[in-house]
Amino acid sequence: MAPLLKVENLRIELKTRAGIAPVIDDLSFELGQNESLSFVGESGCGKSMTALAIMGLLPDRIGRIASGKIIFDGEDLTTATEARLRQIRGNDISMIFQEPMTSLNPVYTIGEQIAEVLRHHQNLGKIAAHNAAIDLLNAVRIPNPKSRVNDYPFQMSGGQRQRVMIAIALACRPKILIADEPTTALDVTVQAQIFDLLRDLRRQTGTSIIMITHDMGAVAEMAERMIVMYAGRKAEEGPVRQIINNARHPYTRGLISCVPHLMSDPSAERKELTEIPGIVPSLQAFGKAQCLFSERCGLASERCLTERPPEIVFENAHKSSCWHARNPK
Amino acid sequence: MTHQNNDPIVQAQSPLSEAWDMFIRNYAAVAGLIILALIIIGAAFGPTLYPTDPFEMVWSPFTPPGVDGFILGTDYLGRDLLSQIIYGARVTLIIGLSAAIVTVVIGVTIGALAGFHRGLIEEILMRITEFFQVLPTLLFSMVIVALFGASLPMITLAIGVVSWTAVARITRAEFLRIRELEYVMASRASGTSNWKLMFFVILPNALPPIIVQSALMVGSAILFEAGLSFLGLTDPNVISWGQIIGSNRQYILESSFTVTIPGLAIFITVLAISLVGDGLNDALNPKLRQR
Amino acid sequence: MDFMRVITTRLFYAVILLLAVLVLNFTLMHLAPGDVVDTIAQSMGGADAEVLEKIRIEYGLDKPFLVQLGAYIGRVLSFDLGYSFYYNLPVTDLILQRLPATVLLVFAAQILAMIIGVVLGVISARRPNGILSNFVTFFALFGYSAPVFWTGILLLIAFSLNIQWFPVAGMRDVTVEGGFWIHFIDVLRHLVLPVVSLASIFLALYSRLARATMMETLGSDYVRTAKAKGLPDRQVVYKHALKNALAPVITLAGLQFSAVVSGAVLVETVFAWPGLGTLAFQSILARDTPTILGILFFSALMVIIGNLLTDFVLRLVDPRMRARG
Repeated sequence: MAPLLKVENLRIELKTRAGIAPVIDDLSFELGQNESLSFVGESGCGKSMTALAIMGLLPDRIGRIASGKIIFDGEDLTTATEARLRQIRGNDISMIFQEPMTSLNPVYTIGEQIAEVLRHHQNLGKIAAHNAAIDLLNAVRIPNPKSRVNDYPFQMSGGQRQRVMIAIALACRPKILIADEPTTALDVTVQAQIFDLLRDLRRQTGTSIIMITHDMGAVAEMAERMIVMYAGRKAEEGPVRQIINNARHPYTRGLISCVPHLMSDPSAERKELTEIPGIVPSLQAFGKAQCLFSERCGLASERCLTERPPEIVFENAHKSSCWHARNPK
Repeated sequence: MTHQNNDPIVQAQSPLSEAWDMFIRNYAAVAGLIILALIIIGAAFGPTLYPTDPFEMVWSPFTPPGVDGFILGTDYLGRDLLSQIIYGARVTLIIGLSAAIVTVVIGVTIGALAGFHRGLIEEILMRITEFFQVLPTLLFSMVIVALFGASLPMITLAIGVVSWTAVARITRAEFLRIRELEYVMASRASGTSNWKLMFFVILPNALPPIIVQSALMVGSAILFEAGLSFLGLTDPNVISWGQIIGSNRQYILESSFTVTIPGLAIFITVLAISLVGDGLNDALNPKLRQR
Repeated sequence: MDFMRVITTRLFYAVILLLAVLVLNFTLMHLAPGDVVDTIAQSMGGADAEVLEKIRIEYGLDKPFLVQLGAYIGRVLSFDLGYSFYYNLPVTDLILQRLPATVLLVFAAQILAMIIGVVLGVISARRPNGILSNFVTFFALFGYSAPVFWTGILLLIAFSLNIQWFPVAGMRDVTVEGGFWIHFIDVLRHLVLPVVSLASIFLALYSRLARATMMETLGSDYVRTAKAKGLPDRQVVYKHALKNALAPVITLAGLQFSAVVSGAVLVETVFAWPGLGTLAFQSILARDTPTILGILFFSALMVIIGNLLTDFVLRLVDPRMRARG
């Protein structure tokens, strides 16, 4: 079956004060129907930019798609007109963002903000859209939807606002939902609720989800496949369980070992908390012809410093871009 | 090979030099500064270099600029306009600066007290501020000047007494914000007295917007004084730009330059101050700039 | 219910403020050396002390301060603002004759400045480096830095004396005959230059603020959400961004009423506009205490009403204001 979304050799450039930097450098991946994919990486690795590029929402004068293709349902979005992209946004591909506190317009009711996307894309009338909004609030488990539909965002908590965002995003039954760090700004308990909600909704609607996060724990909960990003490049890709058990890139191994383990027996001996030494390279250092992780890597060899590693494929479409992928320890 | 380096990742610059750098980059602000400097120099040394008495009738009235050796011409009484402008510059700058100082002193004091203390003191001060905000400023100053005499100190006082609310508002907002910050809490927890807290801990950090507003206050004080002297409420022994416009106003049919030129002088001065104020704003509040 | 409570609280505060204005001004007039009797004496060409004393007693000027203050406030509450010695008219009549002209000028200037300011701000926010945006910056500096009476005089010279599009002075042309609309147009013609002069200062402030808030709003998260919904550009800008950008401008306008009234005084002088400004000037020179107090009272009243209206409009625009009360 043809993939729903196919990204080929995507290169996104950002204009910075020091020149042009490739925030995404030759990225390729596929997303199928009803699949759940997660992009993982530290801040600044370009994962949000990928999402914005798919939506056609790169910041106007600063970012642009330099080369590559984004093929959605057979159509190349990089060559689509703005009008066509607007048809797709909110309708076939939706996005929710990290900051629920500021992502809703403070001067309109949440009902209005949900109804508006239905009126625009599905041509629903005012009353029909209003009622559909109430149904959606119900679907995202907001109690008392009939009265809350007329509330303003400032009358709701962060978790509730994020649910409203999910309602808006899923209103038109999109094929893909992109969630950019949806729970980072929320409490841990609320996080769990949101994940449950997303999982259930996905089961009901069959929407594919791309979740962007820096939290390995979230990946383990939500995704079937994951892509690990580092400095604008794909470091590793593959089924989540397989990678967690046997990561083939030193960065991934580092990320996994960073997650603290809760011991069931508090007095038992604890594994030491590790860290990945050093920091991510700045935007100016992206795009170099070498492995960008080599400066922080314990396995780095001569080749790593002078040649960009190729993508090596293992079983189950497990890929790793590392010169030492075959023997990662 | 692990990264092992004890150098700081980013080189820090002192906030003052950082602000100066930003300021210098703003051409308009620098232009304003240069113009101001020229005006100040002109006001300081002008009378020495051009000793014509501004009150003396030296030629026939309404001589146009450039004629008969008078660079700016003469006014309705035949007095040299250029020397009037030069002497007027002194008055303008002195009153502008002093009134701004009065404004800032009153405004910062009230704003600081209102922003630092809670409860009754804050309420009372806020009501007083609201009251002065509602008072029609020019009318009130007119009344003060008319009643208590139009001397330079009185004019300065009259302007200062009605203009302080903007500074007070900004000061209070900053104090409210800063007093909740951690380093203030820490200072308080270690027993610093209220007085010291206000002036040595909070105030230095509240300075950037206050400084910007103070610069703009000089400009508005100059405009205020111009308004008062335009209406004739000024010391008759002193020439002021607004006053030149006011006294020559009835004769605009005969000659317009006598009102145009002094107005231009006021405009350029206040413009220069506004540009510098804007530059200060960009330099001292960088986060607003990085959009 | 909540709304009523808020209105009553506001009105209550307004009344207190007005009382404070009265007390302050009365005290001030009292503190000053000399009083209105001296002025009368001057206009009479001098009089001896006995006569002056008699006049003082007649006007109750010999009673202790607090008694005078109390009496004054009492009269004000019964709408009696006293009698103008200079104009020989009850102050209330005198002021009401001229109040409408000033109200017209002040409110017309504010509204014009706000509307044009917002329009300019919104348009130039979309292209921050374009021609219009630079024009807004330049114009803003000019409008703010030029003394309002100078702007007025320049406009007068340009458009009344040289090109003669607009009348030179006053509010009406007494020679004009006709029905309501003819007079309306006549007043409008007279109104143009004074309003434009007065508005120029605030137009500068409002357009700059509108542009800044609009730019901030356009870069906000909720505008990003609106774009992510696939909404057309126009809807994103005018429905989502604009409403948020209005609140600060309206707030600023409310704070500027006092300055607008001050500016109106100067503009009225330049254009001989028959409002409170010209009245104020003359009565201050004449030491006509009751009139001065009356004018201060009414101008404070104008500012307070302006503030209340602004508050009201703000509530309509921003629902968060409704909650705070």
